[in-house]
Amino acid sequence: MTPSADRLGRLLNLVPYLLARPGIRLADAAADLGVSERQIREDLELLWMCGLPGYGPGDLIDMAFDEDSVTITYDAGIGRPLRLTPDEAVALDVALRLLAELPGSMDRGVVHRTLAKIEKVAHSGPAIAVGMPEQPERAEQLRGAFERGRALRITYYTARRDAVTERTVDPLRLLMADGRTYLEAWCRLASAVRLFRADRIDELTELDEQADPPSWAVPAERGTKAFQLTPELPLITLLIQRPARWVAEYYPCESVEPQPNGDWLVRMRAGDLAWARRLLLGLGGHVTALGPPELVSSIGEAARQALAVYEAEPALSARPE
Amino acid sequence: MSRTRTERLVNLVICLLSTRRFLTAAQIAQTVPGYEHDPSLPKDHEAFQRKFERDKAELRMLGVPLETGTSSVFDAEPGYRIAQRDYALPEVELEPDEAAAVGIAAKLWRDAGLAAAASSGLVKLRAAGIDVDPHATLGIEPQMSVEPAFDPVTAAVRERRIINFDYQVPAEDAPRTRRLQPWGAVCWRGRWYVVGHDLDRRAARCFRLSRVVGKVRAAGEPGAFSVPEGVDLIDHVARFSTASPVERTGRATVRLLPGRANGIRRRADRLEGDVATLAYSDPEHLAELLAGYGPDLVVLDPPEVRDAVVKVLTNLACAHTVRSEVVA
Repeated sequence: MTPSADRLGRLLNLVPYLLARPGIRLADAAADLGVSERQIREDLELLWMCGLPGYGPGDLIDMAFDEDSVTITYDAGIGRPLRLTPDEAVALDVALRLLAELPGSMDRGVVHRTLAKIEKVAHSGPAIAVGMPEQPERAEQLRGAFERGRALRITYYTARRDAVTERTVDPLRLLMADGRTYLEAWCRLASAVRLFRADRIDELTELDEQADPPSWAVPAERGTKAFQLTPELPLITLLIQRPARWVAEYYPCESVEPQPNGDWLVRMRAGDLAWARRLLLGLGGHVTALGPPELVSSIGEAARQALAVYEAEPALSARPE
Repeated sequence: MSRTRTERLVNLVICLLSTRRFLTAAQIAQTVPGYEHDPSLPKDHEAFQRKFERDKAELRMLGVPLETGTSSVFDAEPGYRIAQRDYALPEVELEPDEAAAVGIAAKLWRDAGLAAAASSGLVKLRAAGIDVDPHATLGIEPQMSVEPAFDPVTAAVRERRIINFDYQVPAEDAPRTRRLQPWGAVCWRGRWYVVGHDLDRRAARCFRLSRVVGKVRAAGEPGAFSVPEGVDLIDHVARFSTASPVERTGRATVRLLPGRANGIRRRADRLEGDVATLAYSDPEHLAELLAGYGPDLVVLDPPEVRDAVVKVLTNLACAHTVRSEVVA
């Protein structure tokens, strides 16, 4: 938006804003509207010059100043704010719908009542819906604990390493990304900031002690994704067959090259190679690792070890009674 | 410049709001300060016209509903006015807790565009007299964002216009053009979808916005269709994105290495020491999951699952032979 349109929008809002709050202090109005007091004064001086055609004393916007406060005494017909634009209506509508879906965030009845009122003034309909069905109990429990500011004892499943660990953590914040709830916390076991997926916290105990993360422990800047893949992470090369193409859609890829036979040659960053090995073993053989060599050999090695177990161990039904 | 321009625009809005007749450009020029010129001088007149066009565009961009029309059959050229009922935000009253909800909601957006739209919407509500605590926050930070297709899709939903777009499903090699009467947009588990009537499939369909390739093109006139009564948008997407529940009648018995295969321990239907029982419907599907644990487990029973796991592992072993090993 151009600066003059910006200012025009502000001026058209300023008259109704002041009209609804007779005698408001200019400093309070400025703070509330996020502009400087000087700016408000300049805006008012400009408005004072505006009014109905004729532009005589009774036609111009009028206001009464009392020391540092102001009262609009004549609005010249711009006493109501402009209607919400479709973009504004959509942005508020979707955000309220999301709010209603957030675990334990607010009284849902309140949010739905608000939504109905906003939709009525915005003339927007129920054309947008938000659904986040995911373990509301655990997320609500986390939120309660977070608000009380206590340290937590958690039993956590790390899928990457297939390990269950007990940790004491100092919560930093809760976040929701990709439709999932996460706890970001200082982990005393790892002595580092870690991200925990709510649905992988198997047990949760609120401790008596207050959360006390070190002052340098701050949440990572993440944009809209829960995980940031950085260039120092290992680059892996995969050949993906048709049934497993979803992998290239689900995980961020550096490159995807379709091959003549329908396979996709994909390069992507892996959190670590152990994670990549677990992922590939579980994809039904539809994905082959081409590099790095350690990944290729570790997958082959794991598969051969597993096959050896099957050779040594006959099936239950094949055993004599 | 800026100050006089803003002043002129405010006066233009007030003037057009106050008139019931449509005012022609010439009448506006005679009335609103800042448009004074000599219409008999072509150069002067052209400068006025350019200025007036820019001002109209600016008002429209701001969402000011500029109406054009003629007041009587004798008017040679169309004029302008602004209807108060289209201009003004209707009366809205929010309880303090409702106002708090809007204030918090407006901060949920991460996208710059939607964040700006939410906050300018909030400014209008405050101008309507609603007090919103600017410091209210939520203990949880949702990272709400949208795909580029979101804006054109929601605009088409609003205007009830048919859209065409290229859609790439991973299993297919090239995107295909789809023609849709869009009913609504849905955010389901953090992903955006559009639901509507697919004109080629002649059935309700939903599409993931992240799979739309290139631009969404609106086609035809607004108001081209109506949304069927009682459509449940979420239900459409939930059925599309969640595999229909199948009865898991099979039972697989799996022995786990002590302390390993924890993912299986967590999802086992029964766990006795290191022996887990898992219910399943499709043996191949279960085999993929189990093969993911490599040598950490062994399927004891039934043979259909055991054989499927062995097959997957054999494929993986063959495909992952490092070349140097072969040479040696």
